[in-house]
Amino acid sequence: MTNVNAIFLKQILDTFKNKTVLIQFALFPAFALIMENAVKIDNMPDRFFVKLFAVMFVGMAPLTCIASIISEEKETNTLRALFMSNVRPSQYLFGIGSYVWIMCMMGSVVFAICGNYSGNDFVMFMFIMAVGVLLSILIGAIIGICCKNQMSATSVSVPVTMVFAFLPMISMFNESVEKVAKITYSQQVNLLINGIGSTHVEVESMVVIAINCLLAIIFFFAAFKKKGLE
Amino acid sequence: MNYSIQIDEITKSFNGKKVLESINISIEKGEIFGLLGPSGAGKTTLIKILTGQLAAEHGTAVINGINSQQLKGIDYRNFGIMMDNFGVYERLSCFDNLKIFARIYKIKDEKIYKALADVSLESATKTAAGNLSKGMKSRLRLARVFMIEPAILFLDEPTSGLDPATAEDIGQMILSEKAKGKTIFLTTHNMAEAEKLCDHIALLNDGKIIEYGTPKEICRRYNHQKRLLIHLFDGTDKVILHEPDAADLLCKLMKDNMIETIHSSEPNLESVFMELTGKELSV
Repeated sequence: MTNVNAIFLKQILDTFKNKTVLIQFALFPAFALIMENAVKIDNMPDRFFVKLFAVMFVGMAPLTCIASIISEEKETNTLRALFMSNVRPSQYLFGIGSYVWIMCMMGSVVFAICGNYSGNDFVMFMFIMAVGVLLSILIGAIIGICCKNQMSATSVSVPVTMVFAFLPMISMFNESVEKVAKITYSQQVNLLINGIGSTHVEVESMVVIAINCLLAIIFFFAAFKKKGLE
Repeated sequence: MNYSIQIDEITKSFNGKKVLESINISIEKGEIFGLLGPSGAGKTTLIKILTGQLAAEHGTAVINGINSQQLKGIDYRNFGIMMDNFGVYERLSCFDNLKIFARIYKIKDEKIYKALADVSLESATKTAAGNLSKGMKSRLRLARVFMIEPAILFLDEPTSGLDPATAEDIGQMILSEKAKGKTIFLTTHNMAEAEKLCDHIALLNDGKIIEYGTPKEICRRYNHQKRLLIHLFDGTDKVILHEPDAADLLCKLMKDNMIETIHSSEPNLESVFMELTGKELSV
């Protein structure tokens, strides 16, 4: 646990100095806060901007952050220094994974406050966000593991985040896109967030998320086994 | 003998190509051992095997009495490893860079300050590592290693690419660690550095040890020519071989007060390596 704490400490120390990562955590919650309070249009659905940006946040922030952190450490060879100090790859991944998860959950609290979620709705919103963020962390870690440096990680993570972050938004306007988006966890997160407050249990969403999760875990372990972290 | 490191018949191949072949070295406690060889000779591979990062195909390496392939987490407290390409956290201060590793090794903050002072970086405690010069970054990497106070230091090309003054400073730091009783395993392709710092050296070429001994011993072993270079006041140079006939000539030149300087022309490690392999060491 000492090693995981050290990795966590490293990320905390780096948070306000790493603008690339910091902006990912702050951008969408800030957008939601501003837009939700500044834009008032007739017949606009409840919590429209909160839901829109929360789903974008799930599909983009954790994925980009974790891929960027891993690939940067590979590129600068600080990862090797950690491993030679007896930090195991699993401890490293757990350390940065938990850091990104906690930071994203703090962002999620901002969304929840902004959307006036309370009681059971608040718990449900946070739970949905937690699952979505976790899945994005796994996908980001796969990219980080597979890419040798930050540049290649960015070139891979950008199109991947476009798919997961923007498909749910585009599917609001296009039925064909909606049919395709259904198979992604981010669209299901979108549907679940939109369904908060209703008593209906979304079995399909849970199944799709479970399948996405299973696939992400399989790919994660396959990538880790093949490439390792060095 | 009290050995810190014993390497016995280590062999390693990558994709069918042998990068290390039957390496045998014993390093006494408290000595500085230098492994010299050109790039690609297998120096870093050997350090990786010694520190348990790579498995050898054949042979064993025993570090502080423990087989390198059986090293456990706690054993790594006894080793300080600095590879030539280890990075630092550029956005973090020197202190924060060390703090991360201090947390891993459960080291108190006072030792961080002491390590920074030991490498003359006390004035850069709060400076971001990214703003340091190349030499200062090397010092920071050394501080990271010194801070954990290991019994054995593995230093892979610690002065590579540094200016002579900084390299000299780092050499002094390494000598002061030796004075504390630490065993130091050093790889380099800088012969002057090896001659100055190392108690014993091994010349590594294409994965094989081609010479072993103290730097002086090795140079003496290859002192075939045994000649004197004499510079005369009239501006001319004379080469005198170590032969009985040369004594008369030398006497005459001295009697006539013609000699400005006399140099014995002994080989250095570079020329020994050149003689043995036909190529330069600093490649």
